[in-house]
Amino acid sequence: MSRLTFYLIVGLLMVLGIGTSLHRHIQMEVPWTPGEQRQVWEVEAVVDFTALGDSARAELALPSHQRGYRILTENTASPGYGLSFLQDETGRRAQWSIRSATGSQQLYYSVRLLVTDDKRKRQIARPPLRDVSWERPYDTAAAQVIERAWMRSADPYTFTRELIRDFSEDRQGENARLLLTQFERTPLLVRLLNQAGVHAREVSGLMLEDGRRRQALTPWIMVFEDEENWALFDPRTAEQGQPENLLLWETGGRAVLEVQGGTNSRVTFSMLSRSQPAAAAVRSQLADDTLLNFSIHSLPLEEQALFQTILLIPIGALVVVFLRILVGIKTSGTFMPVLIALAFIQTTLPTGLIGFLLVVSVGLVIRNYLSYLNLLLVARVSAVIITVIAIISIFTVLSYRVGLNAGLTITFFPMIILAWTIERMSILWEEEGPKEVLIQGGGSLVTAVLAYLAMNNPWIRHITFNFLGVQLIIMSLILLLGNYTGYRLLELRRFKPVTED
Amino acid sequence: MWARPSQLLRRGIIGMNRRNIRYIGRYNSRRLYPLVDDKLKTKLLAEKHGITTPALIGTVTTQFGIKGLREMIAGHSGFVIKPAKGSGGKGILVIERVDQDGFIKPSGVRLGLEDLHRHVSNILSGLYSLGGVPDVAMIEGLINFDEQLSEYTYEGVPDIRVIIFRGYPVMAMMRLSTAASDGKANLHQGAVGVGLDIATGTAVRGVQFDRSRRDHPDTGHELASLRIPDWTSLLELAAGCYEMTGLGYLGTDMVIDRDCGPMLLELNARPGLAIQMANGEGLRRRLDLVETQPEGVSVKDRVAFSQEHFARRGELRAAPAEPELAQSCAST
Repeated sequence: MSRLTFYLIVGLLMVLGIGTSLHRHIQMEVPWTPGEQRQVWEVEAVVDFTALGDSARAELALPSHQRGYRILTENTASPGYGLSFLQDETGRRAQWSIRSATGSQQLYYSVRLLVTDDKRKRQIARPPLRDVSWERPYDTAAAQVIERAWMRSADPYTFTRELIRDFSEDRQGENARLLLTQFERTPLLVRLLNQAGVHAREVSGLMLEDGRRRQALTPWIMVFEDEENWALFDPRTAEQGQPENLLLWETGGRAVLEVQGGTNSRVTFSMLSRSQPAAAAVRSQLADDTLLNFSIHSLPLEEQALFQTILLIPIGALVVVFLRILVGIKTSGTFMPVLIALAFIQTTLPTGLIGFLLVVSVGLVIRNYLSYLNLLLVARVSAVIITVIAIISIFTVLSYRVGLNAGLTITFFPMIILAWTIERMSILWEEEGPKEVLIQGGGSLVTAVLAYLAMNNPWIRHITFNFLGVQLIIMSLILLLGNYTGYRLLELRRFKPVTED
Repeated sequence: MWARPSQLLRRGIIGMNRRNIRYIGRYNSRRLYPLVDDKLKTKLLAEKHGITTPALIGTVTTQFGIKGLREMIAGHSGFVIKPAKGSGGKGILVIERVDQDGFIKPSGVRLGLEDLHRHVSNILSGLYSLGGVPDVAMIEGLINFDEQLSEYTYEGVPDIRVIIFRGYPVMAMMRLSTAASDGKANLHQGAVGVGLDIATGTAVRGVQFDRSRRDHPDTGHELASLRIPDWTSLLELAAGCYEMTGLGYLGTDMVIDRDCGPMLLELNARPGLAIQMANGEGLRRRLDLVETQPEGVSVKDRVAFSQEHFARRGELRAAPAEPELAQSCAST
């Protein structure tokens, strides 16, 4: 295989890895660091109505993903009611139904919203212009109000602004006052806008304020400049634009709450703001995974925890590759240090180190005796395994008696690894002497500790778990390191005498 | 304490990574490894190619066969037990003398038959083999090494490592065992390495534990006067291993027997880099030169080329006229 192909593959892996990671960061808003805090709103809507005794049906508009807010989870509580979520072009709705109900009814809907800095505006279909007809004398009043605002405006937005101002306190004229006696402010404004040929609709929004209870939705006017662009106007102040803390609840121009078979229906909202680690916030996002957003967060929690560890192994491998190829540290067994590091993760470092050294040294002494018994190799290794189990049991029981719970975690050490380490070390001792045992055993431990520190780093854990693309980057780095023909760091020392002539 | 990479580069020192990728990876096909990793295979192959190796007393292939060990070694005053697939000198047990009470290692340590049995059993279990695969124990005759060389070594046979690159001998050193190395000739265990001039087989430089050394630590004999007898035929024997194995980058371990002259002890497909220390010179320039040479040159011409171009300090010493040794030894 030519080198060009090799570099192409490495480059491809690198680009793919960085690409998917960036995609996840930008699209899914997965943060790069685990410590980042994100604001999460918990909003609860309570639907109250008095049922008339027969079948009842309640339909509540629900919010959807929008600028500034992303829905994490939603829940409902409604004992005895059937529930279904409906979705059409005007938005999402929850529909509760029951065959018979009497008296006061309460239905709950709660949603957790992640505050995002996503600034993209959502596409909303422009409503058609409605034919508007007025009874006398409102037709003249309406025409005059429109005429007045029209003269002082240039486009749909400025027209809307002027129109609303004509209805506000200080500039309220005769005509406006007359219209307001008969019509409600917001529907009236939408009507006037429609008459003037401006596409507009009434939408309902919720002003988010921490700790507020029994809040109601406020009406807003959505004005369309053309088919795609729209702006929100406050029907009271004529202010243009969506306030930071405004959550659009219903944008389809339909009623927020419709109840059949009940009276006195109303919906109230309470809300709570919380900060929580970004990683946790991201984890609870509603799963809308495409292949590109492929994520292990859709797995059950138990499998996720397993994967979190598995995804760390390449990091350990990278450390080993780095230390062996660039530094030149000798280890016993190529990836034994990674496995030891994995055990350290379970036991924590001090306990793990002490436990490892204790078990291996005691094991070496016992293995030394076993070598006099003239046993076959397989039998001897098996005997070492059993010895290791015995040593671990004794240490665990002893440490428990002394009151050290840390000792209990030594059991996380994989038996086979300990047994093989002991076996290899003892052979090394016989063959090459204690010095080589120290070099290789020390090298293994140093490598294992470094691998542990890398793998146990919260930042690395966060990155490897949340950005699968990182695995591809590690792969390409390892491939690149495998191509390195330069000197190892320790060789600079080893070959030093040659340069001293 | 630390050298700069540029210093090493200027001297043509080759590091592990470069050796692995640029030479072993490129010139040594993996499928040829078993030929050198299995010493029994090497031995049989050498026999076929007429390359002298130490005599094979016998092999033990099954745990059951260990019982026959005593009979096998009866009548031999000294022998070597080694695993066929061992590496780095692991599992090689040298018995110098046999007397009434047992078997005596070069260090004077006395072993019983039991110890030999255990050693063979370990070999068969794969304790010393690469990857722990079951192995075969070989029992070889002891080499009666040339008296001229005995002052230079301590308890054990000195061997001569020649790096053969594409059939050309590129660098050579002698490995002298010491008390520290327990009679073994591995540099990292403390044996002394003496760089040898490819042209003449005379000593260039000595190292122990990667540090320069002028005399043998145990015998106190100075190393400068070391001169390998029968040098050219040793190089030709070593260079012939290229045709024998097909491996482009090869470490050949040769010994000189008092009666039979140069012999092939074993081959190594991943020879170490300490030879550069012993020679005080990097391999790089020599390997680069050999890479420009055409294929299909005869063994004699290759050795002549190497002797001409790799002579130390650029001066070509006249090849010494030596009486040919009587070839009384069979090729096994």
